[in-house]
Amino acid sequence: MVDVIREIESGYLRSDIPNFGPGDTVRAHVKVVEGSRERTQAFEGVVIRRRGGGINENFTIRRIASHGIGVERTFLIHAPRLERIEVLRHGKVRRAKLYFLRGRTGRAARIRERRRSATSVLQ
Amino acid sequence: MIHGLLGKKLGMTQVFDDTGQVVPVTVLQVGPCVVTQLRTTERDGYEAVQLGFEESKRLNSPERGHRRAAGSSSRYLREMKAEDISGYSVGQVLDCSMFSAGDRVDVTGTSKGKGFAGVVKRHGFSGGPKTHGQSDRHRAPGSIGSSAYPGRVFKNLRMAGQMGNERVTVQNLEIVRVDPEKNVVLVRGAVPGANGQLLMVRTSVKRRQAKR
Repeated sequence: MVDVIREIESGYLRSDIPNFGPGDTVRAHVKVVEGSRERTQAFEGVVIRRRGGGINENFTIRRIASHGIGVERTFLIHAPRLERIEVLRHGKVRRAKLYFLRGRTGRAARIRERRRSATSVLQ
Repeated sequence: MIHGLLGKKLGMTQVFDDTGQVVPVTVLQVGPCVVTQLRTTERDGYEAVQLGFEESKRLNSPERGHRRAAGSSSRYLREMKAEDISGYSVGQVLDCSMFSAGDRVDVTGTSKGKGFAGVVKRHGFSGGPKTHGQSDRHRAPGSIGSSAYPGRVFKNLRMAGQMGNERVTVQNLEIVRVDPEKNVVLVRGAVPGANGQLLMVRTSVKRRQAKR
């Protein structure tokens, strides 16, 4: 029974997802429909969580918008509306869910960079 | 023509449509169904097709005898009303190619049993206050009527009792995809029962009436 469902889901899974996780700074390019036109919009910020599995796997980006207001957006990793994900920076973090960032602003909300091989960044 | 087939619920997932929107779907196995018997007006007073679904290894000999003419060992037998049974013969195998994406169907099954449930769970009552000296009133139904007049409790008053484990039909579900090779049908939304539940999948009554 589960196999049939997995098979249906597998048709929608993408293979072009870069390797990224919580603490990383990414830029997500999303297709948005404005009237009859479709264009791509970028949303850049820190990944504060990655959750779910299979077709429901999703991640949340937190970014500080104008006037220091925090904005979080959650995307389905396999969504066709998500054009591509750019990994800009790998962060060094010690937990999987970075909800503590919500209470912090400015310098306190910084995440130290983790150096990895150049190939894993900017795929 | 009969309007539906037997199937079972495999589980839920989600898919993306053409515009990239998420569509919640229930995966159903529909068919293959074997025609095990025909009900005729002359003999039974009505016309229907008896369908068998899913193989079973545990049938006793009367059960096996009933299915022998159809050459099947179906676990479930259900009748499907038919306007005209002339196109059907015992032993014939029907699959889900009678449905196509975009069609609307009604799905009938047995809902998950919740046991003897109180009014808060069963009918969505608010219960009593949690504080201010309340004892034993937290999930109570409140007043169930007046006093000397009418001097009785009205019939059909919503009270505690068995919830679930009853026949439920969900109408007008959209078919998202049909795969006749794997006997798999995806419908938008939820259907009654647990995974593995026997279901009747029929073309939507409302659509059928609208066409007339």
